[in-house]
Amino acid sequence: MQKSVSIKDLSLSFGAVNVLENLNLDIGEGEFLVLLGSSGCGKSTLLNCIAGLLEPTGGQIFIKDKNVTWEEPKDRGIGMVFQSYALYPQMTVEKNLSFGLQVARMPRAEIDKRVARASEILQIGPLLKRKPSELSGGQRQRVAIGRALVRDVDVFLFDEPLSNLDAKLRSELRVEIKRLHQSLKNTMIYVTHDQIEALTLADRIAIMKSGVIQQLADPNTIYNAPRNMFVAGFIGSPSMNFLRGEIVVKGGKPVFIANGVEFSLDGYAAGEPLEAGRKVVLGVRPEHVKVDEDATGAEVHQASVDIEEPMGADNLLWLKHAGHTLAVRVAGNRRFRPGTAVSLSFDMGLASLFDAATEERI
Amino acid sequence: MAETVSLKPGAARVATAGTPGEPWGRKPRRTLSGRNIMLYGTLLVAALYYLLPLYVMVVTSMKGMPEIRLGNIFSPPVEVTFEPWAKAWATACTGLNCDGLSRGFWNSVRITVPSTLISILVASVNGYALANWKFKGADLFFTILIIGAFIPYQVMIYPIVIVLREMGIYGTLTGLIIVHTIFGMPILTLLFRNYFSSLPEELFKAARIDGAGFWQIYFRIMLPMSLPIFVVAMILQITGIWNDFLFGVVFTRPEYYPMTVQLNNIVNSVQGVKEYNVNMAATLLTGAVPLIVYFVSGRLFVRGIAAGAVKG
Repeated sequence: MQKSVSIKDLSLSFGAVNVLENLNLDIGEGEFLVLLGSSGCGKSTLLNCIAGLLEPTGGQIFIKDKNVTWEEPKDRGIGMVFQSYALYPQMTVEKNLSFGLQVARMPRAEIDKRVARASEILQIGPLLKRKPSELSGGQRQRVAIGRALVRDVDVFLFDEPLSNLDAKLRSELRVEIKRLHQSLKNTMIYVTHDQIEALTLADRIAIMKSGVIQQLADPNTIYNAPRNMFVAGFIGSPSMNFLRGEIVVKGGKPVFIANGVEFSLDGYAAGEPLEAGRKVVLGVRPEHVKVDEDATGAEVHQASVDIEEPMGADNLLWLKHAGHTLAVRVAGNRRFRPGTAVSLSFDMGLASLFDAATEERI
Repeated sequence: MAETVSLKPGAARVATAGTPGEPWGRKPRRTLSGRNIMLYGTLLVAALYYLLPLYVMVVTSMKGMPEIRLGNIFSPPVEVTFEPWAKAWATACTGLNCDGLSRGFWNSVRITVPSTLISILVASVNGYALANWKFKGADLFFTILIIGAFIPYQVMIYPIVIVLREMGIYGTLTGLIIVHTIFGMPILTLLFRNYFSSLPEELFKAARIDGAGFWQIYFRIMLPMSLPIFVVAMILQITGIWNDFLFGVVFTRPEYYPMTVQLNNIVNSVQGVKEYNVNMAATLLTGAVPLIVYFVSGRLFVRGIAAGAVKG
């Protein structure tokens, strides 16, 4: 895969605070990369560095193999969409779209052609003569995307573009952004704190914490094989169940034991040998806990239902089991009364095991 | 009160509560309560107290001297005359000149207009640069500028006289305009910087990505959004410079005296009879300009001061 954006040893500090430190990231041509993290993790800062709105204190940024570390934003071949839309309030939609082209002294005919094309792709043709204040949130964000579109850029940068919209519009526009990416095939870098947006849109997700990329992988890997406990706990709602315990060896096989309850680790593909006595954390996603008739294998544990949360398509159970609480997702038509006893087993093939000290995946 | 009692068709719905239609329920009644009487009474007295001197001035300016000598300052003029106004404007004497306030008026115009325009122009660019283009040493520059606002004017008068003399513009209108522009700088820069800082930063970023430069962003993005703050700055400068007396008397020659200095010379002239009616008319004429500015742009003034306080 050819590289579109390449970041080498990037550092940025505000005074004594290091926001980014020696960050490396390669983004492929036409890739949709999502930077995911909670607020203050440096994801927007990284995006602003790529855009050229913040000057890094160290490192280099390459776009299309050209070193753009000190280039002006307009010379980088990027377009950016902001959370607050950032439309110029005194200009009509048409003027908003064409402003950048006018500044670049493009011929009138070419400007009209590009505005027409963008408004057709985004279906904002009827809105061209309106002011931003006369548009709804979804329409405004569409115009903001159009402003990046007309500039015919190599890389699209999105800074939490859907965070100001209500839930319904957000999912609609999410699909539109995905469709846009499929038809334009541009490189897109998308910053969000919403894991659903990340999982649905991304080719690859970079999960960030305190200015460091914790894991960079496709959504499936991120979800099923998180590299450490932070990633495991950040992705998924409700969060992964974490059971603290240790390894014992029984009959030559490693077994996980927590609060006196034993779980066979058959089916778990550990990356390193599991020696006895090692303190570990077992992570199991709510949908990977099998309940009652689904509970299979030699190892079936008993638990009782504490709380039931029906969510329509799914039903979320909070089970009490050997001193810890487990979140379990079952199909929406399976109902359980609080207090009922249930049997459960874990799908070890999809579970994760972490070292208790380093919090890294084993 | 009859309205609240009469049964309108909608009133019957009280029985069938919950049906859509007119709002129903007890309406709060306006009453002539003791609280309201106190409130409005106090306001009225305060207003009268402050309006009384203005009334006396207007009335006196329209009386002849014999009528004034009767001593009833509150009585309306028996014989209304505008002669004092004409005299104050055109023929009142200050020293050797006997062409009234008119010369001072035009001097004031020639001082106020360029000083206001130049100071606002420079300060708005200052504020824009400080708010959006974080250049090296910006904070230091801003701090120095603000400290400048707290140094008493009197301390600087003599040094400025020397500077202007060395530049060869002491006593000219140009010199005074430069002085007014410089002294307006701290407060105006602060005003503009705060206003531009209150505008969404993402707009500025978007314009930079669109390729606009320093001046393009200033003229095409920032200026069109900043009308209220420009009005505020204009009011501050026009009234401030128009009302200035000290700089006018120190930095100009008699033929360039602004209206305020001219007014003082008319009112405080020692020879001859004190012409109270002419003095009153002259004072009203001098005060008219700031007064008109306030009345015309008061609404915009409030909007500009409050702008940025509420996100909108």
